[in-house]
Amino acid sequence: MATITVDGKEIEVDEEGYLVNLSDWFPAVAEEMAKIDEVELGEDHWDIINFLREYYEEYQIAPAVRVLTKAVAKKLGKEKGNSKYLYELFPYGPGKQACKFAGLPKPTGCV
Amino acid sequence: MSDDIKKFMFVNTKAPYGTVYALESLEVVLISAAFDQDVSLAFCDDGVFQITKNQNTEGSGMKNFSPAYKALGDYDINKLYVEKESLEERGLTLDNLMDLTYEDEDDDWAEKPSIKLVTRAELADLMDQQDVVISS
Amino acid sequence: MAMLHTVNKSPFERNSLNSCLTKSKEGSTILLIEDAVLGALKGTVIADKLTTAMTTKNIYVLGSDLNTRGFTEADILDGIKVVDYSGFVDLVAEHANVQSWL
Repeated sequence: MATITVDGKEIEVDEEGYLVNLSDWFPAVAEEMAKIDEVELGEDHWDIINFLREYYEEYQIAPAVRVLTKAVAKKLGKEKGNSKYLYELFPYGPGKQACKFAGLPKPTGCV
Repeated sequence: MSDDIKKFMFVNTKAPYGTVYALESLEVVLISAAFDQDVSLAFCDDGVFQITKNQNTEGSGMKNFSPAYKALGDYDINKLYVEKESLEERGLTLDNLMDLTYEDEDDDWAEKPSIKLVTRAELADLMDQQDVVISS
Repeated sequence: MAMLHTVNKSPFERNSLNSCLTKSKEGSTILLIEDAVLGALKGTVIADKLTTAMTTKNIYVLGSDLNTRGFTEADILDGIKVVDYSGFVDLVAEHANVQSWL
């Protein structure tokens, strides 16, 4: 099993880099995953990561990109709730990459 | 949206947790939402137990996936047919089920109920009108 | 010594609870687990059958399986007792034999 090291702790991830245990997440985990993917996390990234974590807390699923886009538009405004903006923040896809940083499983239906 | 939209109905007939059918069907439904089809769900027989409120899995240690049904509205799946006779045979009423709603885009995002109570005969008619029926 | 019977299938879908009720002897104990806990609910089509069975047999449900499915003690027939996992273990220990109706 692969691991990443965050604050001296070994944390298990799967072959695609997603957390094995969702409860292992803390903010520095996201920072470390972003570093591996060569993304620098700013406030805009965190808005989306936090949004995803809240969504998962409420519905127990990682939303599809279409659903995420619509929900972000509603909560954070249209200029953020569009896929161009979200792909700029998360070049490997707001579903896949942002969910990974947020410690969520890969969205259902993403291959 | 194009002309080749098909009517898909997922018919849920099994209780959750005891077998994996309910969870698997829900995952297929969420995936199917990506294809912009006309999707509806039916809950009959023990399938009505899938959407009971107050599911609490702390004691059994299983994953409580009932909150995911509340996300169906976000996925534009807002036709959830519940069979009246199935509820009655199990001592249940609509009050035992979660409030599942959606926001109606064409009506200033008003929140509306997704659950529609139908009789066995009405459900048979609805199934008859589908292009594809997937039962589990 | 009496027998402990466990049933784990929904009585609305399978016949195993019915088989158990008809073949278990008076004085025996029946524990409903997993989807079988749904059979303990009030107002169902099998409620009368269970109420009759309770006059000669002890019926229990596993509480965590009941809660998992959205129900509590208040939702089940009077006379059916709720046990937790350690109560389950006690029942197994108190009975000479366990028969699982699958």
